Amino acid sequence: MGEKSKNQISLPTFIVWAIALSVTAVFCWILGDILWHGVGQLSWEFLTTEPRNAGREGGIAPILISTCLILAVCLAVSLPLSVGTAVLLAEFTTTESRFGRLVRRSLDVLAGVPSIVFGLFGNAFFSIKLGLGFSILSGGLTLACMVLPILIRSAEEGFRAVPTEYRLGAAALGLSRTTTLWKLLLPAATPGLVVGLVLGIGRAIAETAALIFTSGYVDRMPESLLDSGRSLSIHIFDLSMNVAGGDANAYASALVLLILLLLVNGMATWIAQFWLARRIKS
Amino acid sequence: MTLFNNKNLSPSQSDLVLLWILRGFALLTGIIVVLITAFLLLEALPVLQQVGWLRFVSDPSWHPVQGFYNLMPMLWGSLLVTLGAVILAAPLGIGSAIFCQYYAPPFFSGFYRQLINLLAGIPSVVYGFWGLVVLVPLIGKLQPPGTSLLAGIAILTLMILPTIALTAEASFSEVPTEYFQGAAALGISRWATIRSVVLPATKSGLFTGLILGTGRAIGETMAVLMVCGNVVQTPTSIFDPIRTLTANIALEMAYATGNHRSALFVSGLLLMVAIAILVAVAEGMSRRNIYG
Repeated sequence: MGEKSKNQISLPTFIVWAIALSVTAVFCWILGDILWHGVGQLSWEFLTTEPRNAGREGGIAPILISTCLILAVCLAVSLPLSVGTAVLLAEFTTTESRFGRLVRRSLDVLAGVPSIVFGLFGNAFFSIKLGLGFSILSGGLTLACMVLPILIRSAEEGFRAVPTEYRLGAAALGLSRTTTLWKLLLPAATPGLVVGLVLGIGRAIAETAALIFTSGYVDRMPESLLDSGRSLSIHIFDLSMNVAGGDANAYASALVLLILLLLVNGMATWIAQFWLARRIKS
Repeated sequence: MTLFNNKNLSPSQSDLVLLWILRGFALLTGIIVVLITAFLLLEALPVLQQVGWLRFVSDPSWHPVQGFYNLMPMLWGSLLVTLGAVILAAPLGIGSAIFCQYYAPPFFSGFYRQLINLLAGIPSVVYGFWGLVVLVPLIGKLQPPGTSLLAGIAILTLMILPTIALTAEASFSEVPTEYFQGAAALGISRWATIRSVVLPATKSGLFTGLILGTGRAIGETMAVLMVCGNVVQTPTSIFDPIRTLTANIALEMAYATGNHRSALFVSGLLLMVAIAILVAVAEGMSRRNIYG
């Protein structure tokens, strides 16, 4: 009997394995499909030429530039804001403080706001109220609002992970809190900040809905931050939905987007390990 | 732990400046939610005053240019697609977490966790594109036209599965080891331990994961926009094309003016309210977990 029950697979085991294998299969299907159809289109020329014929032919050079510019605006605004807020939440407020609790609660809600609602807000506030129009600037600012909760949460965790002894030591030496922050806490919390940064970048390059009505559709090379610029994700959307015969280049663009995301993720892991190693050595 | 709160020592001038700068930053980040709500209200106000709440459910159709503002078909679309995705993704996500934590051989468990993480990172536009070129034609062979409620449910299931799986796994890893030792001492099988010890102990964590997944599904725009067909109608079967609230905004914002534009902000407001309710429910759940 013991022999028999060893060879039999119980129903729950079977179901759980079936779920895992089918999820893996679908994942391979999605990636395989995009790799299979995209890799043939991908070339140096594709990355460095302008799109022609509504994107059916040519490359994605201006779109890559626009994506980078939107990302740069987004990070230039959101990084200082989020590090500042995280320092305040982690180092200058107790968990019972009402101000801290209010800020945290509002960030929790902000994290759940759908991206299309960010798009509506960005359109009404940055594009129309502040008069920035459809531009890289309003797109970047909208994305900045969107990635704030992610950045703040991981930065806060980074600061909380710094051992209390560092602060005690600094206080015993009579260092001012400003000096402690710049010379001690910020460097020590860097791995947390980098992880947050990468998660934020990942979310920002993947975003589409918040950008349609803020940074716009124009696929020319942007000349300034006030020009409209089409992000890579919008390019994929536009090619597959609005341009008949755009699928081939949409596949290639999707592949580029996935590769970018993988690179960003890999870089994060590498940087985090590098910092960890340096901290242990020194 | 925060030494900076020590009130016995008088802080230096530069520390005070720093503190006020940081407070300014925090205020700015905290106020964004208020700003978003205020702008949605401000833009939605004209149509709410001129047309009123009631006409959004009682008008004969959605023809905003002609002055008909019935949002009900879109509401149904959003609701059904979300419901379907959560019902499918819940067992798949929780099953994935159970697999990772209790059934998988060590090498495969790490690989599978990485895979779920990657799945979570795939952009919604890529899911939408894959759905459009692969899934929709497949469903179309079964029952034309292919762009349908079913396609939306399938894609959304894939998109929220990682959220549910990752939160479920996080709560599984917090189950005390004593529980397993106790169960093992009683001679309870692996599955019986999971069913009668692990699942009840992690109930609120699993529920929080479902809420997070629901929030993501309601707010998802691009993928749904690309695979659902976007016909304004209350669906009668899962093969009918539908249009969700989010897709409606994305489709019509480009040319909407006046009351039409206002009406789109009303649907944005509805989404915001739905998210606020979900956040409140999730918070209530986690509080009961601590004190109950």
